[in-house]
Amino acid sequence: MAVMYNYVRSLILLAGMALLGLPLVAQSETPLPVIPEASSRFSAEQACVEPTEEMRKNHMNYILHQRDETMHKGIRTRQHSLEECINCHVPVEDKDGQPMRITNKDHFCSSCHTYAAVKVDCFQCHADRPVKTTAFHPLTSQASEKTAFHHSDAGETVSADTLEVLAEEGKLQ
Amino acid sequence: MKANVHFREVLNNGTGYYGLLALLGAIVLIGLGAAYFMEHNGHFVTGMNNEIVWGMPHVFAVFLIVAASGALNVASIGSVFGKSQYKPLAPLSGLLAIALLAGGLAVLVLDLGHPDRLIVAMTYYNFKSIFAWNVMLYTGFMAVVVVYLWMMMERKMNKYTKPAGFFAFIWRLALTTGTGSIFGFIVAREAYDAAIMAPMFVIMSFSFGLAAYILVLMASFKWTERELGDKILYRLKNLLGIFVGAVLYFVLAYHLTNLYAAEHHSVERFILLDGGIYTKLFWIGQILIGGLIPLAMLYHPTLGKSRAVIGWACALVILGGMAQMYVIIIGGQAFPLVLFPGMEVSSSFADGIVASYTPKLPEYLLGIGGVAIALLLVTIAVKVLRFLPESLADAIVDPHTASDAKGTAKKAA
Amino acid sequence: MTHKSEINSSRRQFLNGSAIAAGLAIAPGVMLHQVAQAKPADQAVTSDKRWGMLIDTNKCSKGCDACVRGCQTENGWGENETKSGPNQVAQWIRKVELRDTSTGFTKSLPLMCQHCEHPPCVDVCPTGASFKRADGIVLVDKHICIGCRYCMMACPYKARSFIHEDLQDQLPVAPRGKGTVESCTLCVHRVDKDGENAIPACAEACNAEGHEAFVFGDLKNPNSRISQELAKHGGTQIRADLGLNVGIRYRGI
Ligand code: SF4
Ligand code: SF4
Repeated sequence: MAVMYNYVRSLILLAGMALLGLPLVAQSETPLPVIPEASSRFSAEQACVEPTEEMRKNHMNYILHQRDETMHKGIRTRQHSLEECINCHVPVEDKDGQPMRITNKDHFCSSCHTYAAVKVDCFQCHADRPVKTTAFHPLTSQASEKTAFHHSDAGETVSADTLEVLAEEGKLQ
Repeated sequence: MKANVHFREVLNNGTGYYGLLALLGAIVLIGLGAAYFMEHNGHFVTGMNNEIVWGMPHVFAVFLIVAASGALNVASIGSVFGKSQYKPLAPLSGLLAIALLAGGLAVLVLDLGHPDRLIVAMTYYNFKSIFAWNVMLYTGFMAVVVVYLWMMMERKMNKYTKPAGFFAFIWRLALTTGTGSIFGFIVAREAYDAAIMAPMFVIMSFSFGLAAYILVLMASFKWTERELGDKILYRLKNLLGIFVGAVLYFVLAYHLTNLYAAEHHSVERFILLDGGIYTKLFWIGQILIGGLIPLAMLYHPTLGKSRAVIGWACALVILGGMAQMYVIIIGGQAFPLVLFPGMEVSSSFADGIVASYTPKLPEYLLGIGGVAIALLLVTIAVKVLRFLPESLADAIVDPHTASDAKGTAKKAA
Repeated sequence: MTHKSEINSSRRQFLNGSAIAAGLAIAPGVMLHQVAQAKPADQAVTSDKRWGMLIDTNKCSKGCDACVRGCQTENGWGENETKSGPNQVAQWIRKVELRDTSTGFTKSLPLMCQHCEHPPCVDVCPTGASFKRADGIVLVDKHICIGCRYCMMACPYKARSFIHEDLQDQLPVAPRGKGTVESCTLCVHRVDKDGENAIPACAEACNAEGHEAFVFGDLKNPNSRISQELAKHGGTQIRADLGLNVGIRYRGI
């Protein structure tokens, strides 16, 4: 029965895809998704954390890899962390000044995923937009209010080679 | 003798058959709708909570799975223990086993927090988990029984029936033991902390599975106007009586051993004396309705020969079985965990008090949908393939005694 | 060095924004000390450590639930679950009141996931979603949790919660969602960041109230404060009879 359930689901999906595909066949001109700008660049040479073409094709592999590394081994580098994707890519919405939700078709993720008809499963558990936190500061015992978009910021533990990089650049005296 | 037993698919195309099909189909759809409702909204629409984490759907699911392995018994008696009178009953027995298991698994899967991750459940295995082993036992059971059915129903393969049947028999014992162990492995909950749990589940499966089998056999023969002789029916009902008695014996043994261990006194008191709904379900549902009354009905010298009474006795065994599942699954969770022996505890999360649980409508609908899935599968299968013998009249079942049984066979027809 | 610079060139650019902030934070001596102890972000946790907590119930006051609220704020549970009934809402940590029936003696203590060395929840989980990290912290990998709730049946401490409804705006430190199971993470994000110097949110809130009932630390390091206090005064495990060798120890019960 479970198999049947899946079978029926895939039938429905197939039907849906066929329906979606129809207009594609009918008009050769398909409006490409409008992808919102990110709020900052990774470096002068590179827009995103990997070359843009690479990210377009393989972002899920990076996210998946990072997911298992962080979850099971406690590796918390930020370059491929989903949190940073959201912080950088989910722009502020014009109307009420609130960042967009995944249900909004202009949301960075849904803009493409709707177009490609691929379901995103991340946001049942992860926030779909930068989240405001009111948290205790971890390094002091008094409750210091930190009300800002959650970002990697002061108080962050830096890794050994980051320290090296910082030292090289003369930021550490 | 074998030559006398013919199998034939269901031929009548009357409104009766399609009416039954439509009715079962509708119940299945309602059940699926209930599952979708639960998944879409989240489990807050059910009565289940962080105290009673397994609810009504699990009562149905575990019952169906346990009954499934028991339904195969009839076939096992035929091919493993060489009782030739049981052989014509075997194909239906195998079919019912598969159908009940499919129904139970559907309920179990549809109640998951993430039924959409079925593929995850099948690709990530934790081999320490008895649950993961069960997933393999269940799917394997289906495959084994399908092969067994094929050996039985394809004349060229008949010679392999016995080994296939033997293998299926071993597999079904493992399956019920596995299902029982799901509870037996939970050390923290007092009601489940008993080695007798697994064998008790095996005996329960004999009883529930046979009761379901007899009901389906009687109904299908009646509705397709086939002859079911008294001989075979009485043999089955006497067997059922033995199984019902055995379940009672095991329940007695379970509670007596628990009463021996001082640390289990309070949980025993809860189930047997002051557990409210659970105590009522235990004494009235499980012991009286599911045990003593059907026992009396089946063994009564005159009433026990009436088909209506036999049918009702089977129905009561099933009802009592559901009550027993409820007491085991829900009652076992409702009884508070003992974290600080000798202390009175209280907290914001119901520590120290009996957890409350009121099953909501979608949970019942999903469970009943599972039963309907099983019956629907049987209904369709007996029409497409030759599962049902043309006749089980006494003369055909047991030709040696045919001469003196002729009279009764005629009456029964 | 040249080689290293090449490898790091992209990362350096990325870190530029936060690098200045980190540099500032490093300026006071305390911070430098802290950096020296913590695990670098790109290194995996190891079994050289086993994190645990010691809770002195003598310092825990009845009616105070600062630790519970601290955990809620830090991890964002309990408040955005508006549709769930009272026993359906998540409970990562709860206060339990005890009364000895023979003497009338009362006690109050916080109860959360005990981070068992031999966790029943991990043994029973069919997919391996419940797992124990090398450093002893027991977590749920919600990516592969199918929501069967078998772990909740198996946990002796009722430490786990199932999410009964859709959630939004979860905190980045504690992703959580409908249809999966969750429990106390020992503030694993803080532990990964600060190592021995980490203070879980419950402990921090307790300290802020002035009770200081919690000691967090490495049970494998004989010089850690928790090991020394345990060596001196001992500590009880709740349901020690189950042989789970839990990471949360209590004093005064
Ligand atoms: S306390 Fe419960 S949830 Fe925590 S590790 Fe032990 S069994 Fe698992
Ligand atoms: S609910 Fe999730 S974590 Fe718990 S046993 Fe099931 S799959 Fe594992």
